[in-house]
Amino acid sequence: MKTINLLWLITVCFLVSAVMPFDQGHCNALESFKNLNGTISIAGGTAHIPVMNDAAKTIMTFNPAVRITVEGGGTGVGVQKVGEGLVDIGNTGRALSPEEIGKYGLRSYAFALDGVAAVVNAQNSVSNLSAEQIMDIFAGKISNWKEVGGRDAAIHLFSRDEASGTREVFWKKLLKQGTVAQSANIVPSNGAMKVAVAQDPNAIGYVSIGHIDESVKALQLDGVAASQENALNGSYPVVRKLYMNTRGEPNPLVQAFIDYILSPDGAAIIRRHGYFPIE
Amino acid sequence: MPFGRPCGLRLRSKLERCIERILLIATAIAAVAIISILLLLAYFCLPLFTSGELGEVFSRRWQPFAGSYGILPMCAGSFAISLLALFLAFPGAVAICFFVHSLAPAPAAGLLKTLVHFMTGIPTVIYGFVSVFLLVPLMRDWLSAGTGFTLLTAAITLSLLILPTIVLVFQARLERIDPTLTLASAALGFTPIEQVRHVLIPASAQGLLVAAILGFGRAIGDTLISLMLAGNAAQFPVSLFVSIRTLTAHIALVLATDSQSMAYRSVFAAGLVLFLLMGMINLLIQRIGRADNEKTYEKDR
Repeated sequence: MKTINLLWLITVCFLVSAVMPFDQGHCNALESFKNLNGTISIAGGTAHIPVMNDAAKTIMTFNPAVRITVEGGGTGVGVQKVGEGLVDIGNTGRALSPEEIGKYGLRSYAFALDGVAAVVNAQNSVSNLSAEQIMDIFAGKISNWKEVGGRDAAIHLFSRDEASGTREVFWKKLLKQGTVAQSANIVPSNGAMKVAVAQDPNAIGYVSIGHIDESVKALQLDGVAASQENALNGSYPVVRKLYMNTRGEPNPLVQAFIDYILSPDGAAIIRRHGYFPIE
Repeated sequence: MPFGRPCGLRLRSKLERCIERILLIATAIAAVAIISILLLLAYFCLPLFTSGELGEVFSRRWQPFAGSYGILPMCAGSFAISLLALFLAFPGAVAICFFVHSLAPAPAAGLLKTLVHFMTGIPTVIYGFVSVFLLVPLMRDWLSAGTGFTLLTAAITLSLLILPTIVLVFQARLERIDPTLTLASAALGFTPIEQVRHVLIPASAQGLLVAAILGFGRAIGDTLISLMLAGNAAQFPVSLFVSIRTLTAHIALVLATDSQSMAYRSVFAAGLVLFLLMGMINLLIQRIGRADNEKTYEKDR
């Protein structure tokens, strides 16, 4: 019975791959998925989601026998889930600590460079702040927009939860590990941050550059725009790498996914979502 | 012949024994699950007790990056939000019950009942989602209450969530009250409103209490609404318009941190507090049920 099932599966896969269009010349990286089937589960960092979703969609369109699920949860969840074997790939927005690598035997694959930018509501007239001003705002020392050249309105602070990789890089590299006011609202994901800031004209928060769109305005830091070029040439300092992590050696399907993300096709997807690919 | 022949009887009793056994197993599984949850929680909390970090967890400040891990603001936040939600939902729920029970014309009562039943089926996330886009901007712009993600915003939404719970529990109590009681009062010339005031409320006082406690328990246990709407700032609820964090939201936010950290262990302390609180609420309800049996005015069953 089992062999018959397997035979069926192989036949179906074969038929499906036979009718797939090959008109795109650049689908070399996708070729490795041709004879594969099964599922890949991905969870963790929320900055990774746009890239993961796009790659998953492309792969699943090419070969419907491959199912890829993408969940969020944040960097901390990424480490825990992949470490406990609940998902195949756990995404993190920071390098793993030696304890985490030692405890679970994790392997990391850095694939993109990401910046974290302070964002304000699109209606806010302020568009440039110094690092000093941002530190004072998040510490609660500056509490009105008019103190930094905006209108007369209270500043509404939004920060991220303790397990967030985005928070970690923003706090270390921009706030210089300074205090964040106790009254700051805490949101649980990059997406929730964007919604909160987009809704509130007096809000300030921070998101991964890949999540920035017309609903929020990214602030210039000391006159330097938070763009991927500036992140790459080093003039914008609040940057980090995005990682995929697996427990031990990945299986062929997961390996193919990682190779795809690291391929030129994957690089194009990474660029399309505002991140910068790294080898 | 209603009971069939003897062999049919034997078959029946066999079937009954089988069903009894299945039910026993189901009960045992549920009981074992609850006890093991408690044991597991206690086990995870053990390091807190043995290392003397307990005082640190039950302190007034949560600043994990400055070495303070107090969950007392979250305890206070949970209590404040639940009491406020109860305060908002309870009068409305009780009014709905009396209205449906004795004041409303039948079609209106039926409609209201259907509506409440429908409300129980709405997923929590829908309430949260709608409130983020409707209630939060309203609170922010009209009341200029900070970011709009406040204690009051979350409590208002939470009150919608617990209203059906209170209504259903209290409604069930009201329906069990001996109808001769209302008949007698009607014969004495009481108007419907007088009946509610002088007969139904005193006769159902215990039901009111149980419904309130259950509503409170439902509010304390809810995670998503406070996580989405209360702002999650770890501070004491000093006014209606501050952002607060509940115990449940705290668990959801901190669970993903490094499992070796002190912040992570505080999650289990928060879990234990919640578990004990819910246990106490249940015990309280049971006690009320037992203590006051002669005062329920229920018809004989």
